[in-house]
Amino acid sequence: MKIEQEVRGRTLVIRLGGELDVKSAPEFRETTEAALDRHASNHLILNLENVSFIDSSGLGAILGRYRRLQQGGGRMTLVAPAPNVRRVMELSGLFKIMPVFRSEERAMEG
Amino acid sequence: MASSEPAKNHVRLVMAAVVDNVALARVTAAAFATQLDFTLEEIEDIRVAVSEAVTNAVIHAYGGRAGGADAAASGTSPVSGTVNIDLAHDGETLTITVSDHGRGIPDVALARRPAFTTDPERMGLGFAIMESFCDRLDVVSEVGRGTTVTMIKRPRAMTPRTEGAAGDAGT
Repeated sequence: MKIEQEVRGRTLVIRLGGELDVKSAPEFRETTEAALDRHASNHLILNLENVSFIDSSGLGAILGRYRRLQQGGGRMTLVAPAPNVRRVMELSGLFKIMPVFRSEERAMEG
Repeated sequence: MASSEPAKNHVRLVMAAVVDNVALARVTAAAFATQLDFTLEEIEDIRVAVSEAVTNAVIHAYGGRAGGADAAASGTSPVSGTVNIDLAHDGETLTITVSDHGRGIPDVALARRPAFTTDPERMGLGFAIMESFCDRLDVVSEVGRGTTVTMIKRPRAMTPRTEGAAGDAGT
């Protein structure tokens, strides 16, 4: 799994590439937690554009970050999941609690 | 042999119950499924469903995640187990069986309920996803002996099987 990060003020952008499953979820969790701590971010934008696969392990890792931000009064937004990733996410109900945007720019504005 | 005889095929994967093998299992199952007339979306369903079943076997049956965090916390060393994945089709129906010889599920009905989870980092959606991405899901488990998950899926576009000679001559 490829993980890229960018800090814009108190917004942390995480760009994932590859498969988010039981193997890669811990790396995503640890990298994101460390960055959220370091930058005291209150908004996490998770760019899923280059994620080719997700299952419930990946969804759990996303939900875990959402919970953390929410507890601290922050928020989390998702960007550009591919149709197959979107289908799994729809089933989980994650879209009911996290907004989805077509681009990072829109997510920044939203 | 009659040309209408459906093609049959099967593959068995025997793998160590480790997270590194989950991707291999789902890719192999998806490749096997292309032997039937599944759409790309249906193949994707199979990929996800198999990932859920094998992940369950790796992390729940043998009680260890990648780093054995659960096992370390409970004071037991991660048990190295085996997961069997049986892929079979008769030309019309795909049957995937994922079995382990791990600790088993005490209450299968409870475990199958959406959002049931034993871990805050997980969603408890494994069985719900398998159920919704397959036509049929059977889970048989015995505590201390292991769990067998059977998933059945047919290509949606496939016309219903005609019963040919066995059918009525007409009404």
